Amino acid sequence: MTNPNGRFGIHGGQYIPETLMNAVIELEEAYNHYKNDPQFNAELTELFNEYAGRPSRLYYAEKMTKDLGGAKIYLKREDLNHTGAHKINNVLGQALLAKKMGKTRLIAETGAGQHGVATATAAALMGMECVVFMGEEDTIRQALNVYRMRLLGAEVVPVKTGTATLKDAVSEAMREWTSRISDTHYCLGSVMGPHPFPTIVRDFQAVISKEIKEQMLQKEGRLPDAVIACVGGGSNAIGSFYHFIEEKGVRLIGCEAAGRGVDTFETAATIATGRLGIFHGMKSYFCQDKYGQIAPVYSISAGLDYPGVGPEHAYLHDIGRAEYVPVTDEEAVGAFEYLAKTEGIIPAIESAHAVAYARKLAPTMEKDNIIVITVSGRGDKDCAAIARYRGEDLHE
Amino acid sequence: MSNIAKAFAGGKAFIPFITCGDPDLTTTAAVVRAAVENGADLIELGIPFSDPTAEGPVIQGANLRALNGGVTTDRIFDFVRELRQDVTVPMVFMTYANVVFSYGAEAFIATCQEIGMDGLILPDLPFEEKEEFLPLCRQYGVDLISLIAPTSENRIAMIAREAEGFLYIVSSLGVTGMRSEIKTDLAAIVKVVRENTDIPCAIGFGISTPEQAQKMAALSDGAIVGSAIIKLLEKYGKDAPAYVGEYVRSMKDALR
Repeated sequence: MTNPNGRFGIHGGQYIPETLMNAVIELEEAYNHYKNDPQFNAELTELFNEYAGRPSRLYYAEKMTKDLGGAKIYLKREDLNHTGAHKINNVLGQALLAKKMGKTRLIAETGAGQHGVATATAAALMGMECVVFMGEEDTIRQALNVYRMRLLGAEVVPVKTGTATLKDAVSEAMREWTSRISDTHYCLGSVMGPHPFPTIVRDFQAVISKEIKEQMLQKEGRLPDAVIACVGGGSNAIGSFYHFIEEKGVRLIGCEAAGRGVDTFETAATIATGRLGIFHGMKSYFCQDKYGQIAPVYSISAGLDYPGVGPEHAYLHDIGRAEYVPVTDEEAVGAFEYLAKTEGIIPAIESAHAVAYARKLAPTMEKDNIIVITVSGRGDKDCAAIARYRGEDLHE
Repeated sequence: MSNIAKAFAGGKAFIPFITCGDPDLTTTAAVVRAAVENGADLIELGIPFSDPTAEGPVIQGANLRALNGGVTTDRIFDFVRELRQDVTVPMVFMTYANVVFSYGAEAFIATCQEIGMDGLILPDLPFEEKEEFLPLCRQYGVDLISLIAPTSENRIAMIAREAEGFLYIVSSLGVTGMRSEIKTDLAAIVKVVRENTDIPCAIGFGISTPEQAQKMAALSDGAIVGSAIIKLLEKYGKDAPAYVGEYVRSMKDALR
């Protein structure tokens, strides 16, 4: 899907300061070498299986299926991975790659804190230094994850600029990378940023759809009719979609965070409300004003609270291969509670956006149809915030 | 000859950077005129961007103040039109790719020509992506300025060979901002530049004192100063023009 210059249709590219160009070129060369290296792949598989707990389960959600009365629903349980989310897939790949490249220090941005925790975890495991940039607003929303990162030996830098959320954390991590390149790898957490990041991150996350395909064939002897995942930058979604892109019978549905609604300014639904732009190293869709100033987006979910979307998603939208739908805070919180009560699974508030859309879609489908929802992470981190949303003040 | 070359015709050039609309456009106009009266050879006008990823805290602050003050690309175009009534030194815009792209690249670049802007610096547009805007810049006679960084190494020759206007040499790793010491081997970089192009090169990032400016200009054709000037604006606000004038004089004197 990637052109040599890192384009997905018109999207992607390398819109970054000259200072970083040799670093991304070096990364691309190293990745092109190691991605076909049997030893690298054996080490990564070992880490995936023995450390992260892969393959993750594809669980038949029988009660949810019966309750909704339509399509059969399966949950891809990325929440059961070590560190509680899909983020570990990408991080183990990038950390191993960085180590092979002789880097001794990892830096990362984080929104909800899941990618920061995963990076801090991999750094601890591989004996690397780690600095995580996190919007100050998010350090408050996700205090527990800040503690986890520090416990794992990482330094957490609260970012106070701009809206003090994920986009500002990305900007600050990029600034840090320009000041220290030789020993440092920027472990970007989503399928965004300059080439080769969208490709590298996708390839490491593609294990999700590879497993779904195998597990589905084993359990049902056929492919699903729809795969649903939440989209911020879009790493769990592209991971869930990737091996189905050529399977035209499988609907691919990305759920964006609509916040308080796509007709309000308090939204982060990029494909629904954004337009083409150039930011954070890539050409893609961004929430912005008429002069190209990036919009201060909003979602209850810190992990989806980003004004852009990965370039491959922008492309899949352009060619009509994937559908992108907005899901509001209210719908996501409802789904968060629903999955907890119905299946005994507390999803991350990010993943709850995908569950929310499935609740609408499943009843419109036939009983012999199959939906797979990727539960990208676990929801323990969100309990205090959801309690607050419901008017309950929780002291952890 | 590109209009920008005139800035380097009379010896080492002093190039101040000023964010438009910090704290308001009336002050920016006064600051530009004070800089020109005191010897500035080329003016770099910043169009603020919400998320300036190549800037340190000082210029980030200027971007924020300007945007909070309500400045827009259209208002800046009107401001330059007025400024060009009497200011004749070469001027270039410094902004981010999305500001140009989102306005409509052709509309933006055609307006640059119409109002008398001589060049465009986009720190997030490296060599590999310059085709995004280069054909339009050529069509409208606006020089697209290339940057060279301490990490450019094997890329210097390639960038220099195709450079237009002047070459912006980034003195240090990291973002814009004042530094006590510049450690990069700039002489080695300039040597490769000279072997590959005749256009002038100026050094920026981290320069604040007359001594540093003198040292940097001795290695190249000029010195670019941003954060030190923005600091004066941060401190004195609407009263900054006199202080900026005085500062520009001290810097330009060091280059004579």
